Amino acid sequence: MDEIQIAIAERVAEEQRHHKMAQFFWVWAALLLMTGIEVYLTYQNMAPVKMLTILMGLSLIKAALIIGFFMHLRYEISRMKWITMCSVVACLILMTIFFFPDAERIVTLGVK
Amino acid sequence: MADRVVTHDIPSAYEPSLFGTYSKKIGMWLFLMSDSLTFGALLYAYSYGRISTPNWPTPFHSASIVNATIMTAFLLTSSLTMVLAVRASVQKDAKMQTLWLLATIACGAGFVILHGMEWSKLIAEGMTLPFFPPVPGHDVSAEFANVAKTVPQFPSTFFTLTGMHMLHVTLGIVYLGVVALRKKFIPILVALWLIAWLGTPSYSPFHYGAHVLLVAAIVCAIILWLKPKVYDSSDVEVAGLYWHFVDLVWMFIFPLVYLMSARIL
Repeated sequence: MDEIQIAIAERVAEEQRHHKMAQFFWVWAALLLMTGIEVYLTYQNMAPVKMLTILMGLSLIKAALIIGFFMHLRYEISRMKWITMCSVVACLILMTIFFFPDAERIVTLGVK
Repeated sequence: MADRVVTHDIPSAYEPSLFGTYSKKIGMWLFLMSDSLTFGALLYAYSYGRISTPNWPTPFHSASIVNATIMTAFLLTSSLTMVLAVRASVQKDAKMQTLWLLATIACGAGFVILHGMEWSKLIAEGMTLPFFPPVPGHDVSAEFANVAKTVPQFPSTFFTLTGMHMLHVTLGIVYLGVVALRKKFIPILVALWLIAWLGTPSYSPFHYGAHVLLVAAIVCAIILWLKPKVYDSSDVEVAGLYWHFVDLVWMFIFPLVYLMSARIL
């Protein structure tokens, strides 16, 4: 790495020295708890669409915790947060628009 | 080879980073963004198959769900140990950094072993792909054989999605091993390859899949020979980003593939 890159890396490391250790354990416990809730809900005989909605909701919360705390994105500057997240989410929305109406059409039309 | 600093006389040639961080980290984020689309496409393909197939099977009994839950716990714990390794690295505590990285590798290895056992069980019971050789001396379960025959999309998407993720975890273990132990990890990797190759029967997909470790050992040996270096906190953090990403992907695979296909009696 050149000098500027080393200086930036040292500044980032300096900022991370102040991260509290306890919060990582809280996040880990929350992730385990949500996993336990997901497994519990699986055996509650819910309607598939309702269960899928809840499971995906919990998965998104878990993903946000991992990205925010473990991947340290919440400590990055807002430009980094917005550009990375918006681009990925935009691509996933495009895939949703593209795929799901077609999958549903097959079911609705009874094509097997 | 030492890193070279390129200098020139153009004022303001080096502007502050647009993203406020060092380029290695930005590079890893860009890679992870592209990889998330790879997994996104696979997850969407799985979901497409699920929605458009009326008789989608629910073959995972409680033993499989318990196994997958333990695998999830392994991955979540590995993310915690990884973040503690990053913390140790920024505090320049080399010993703890290595220990936490090895703990992360151990949790990742636990995940891969459990996942491999799950795959082997499913294949032996008949939920297999056409190009997987049959398992000799094992009774095929009518239920799983029927799933593979009537809804071939299920084993195809299941093995592709979980296999891709298992490959990522395996490469993550190799990555962390190199960051933690550098050249010392190469003979360990070769030993792991031999154990995985010779310790699995010839009909197992892992018998051939083990060669990924050999390829990884060769690539890592070349990289370490061309650019030997002591990995600093930035390298550990970048490796951590990759590791957390494979954990993140599993948070979607676990409910979509396992929990939504659980057999409820």
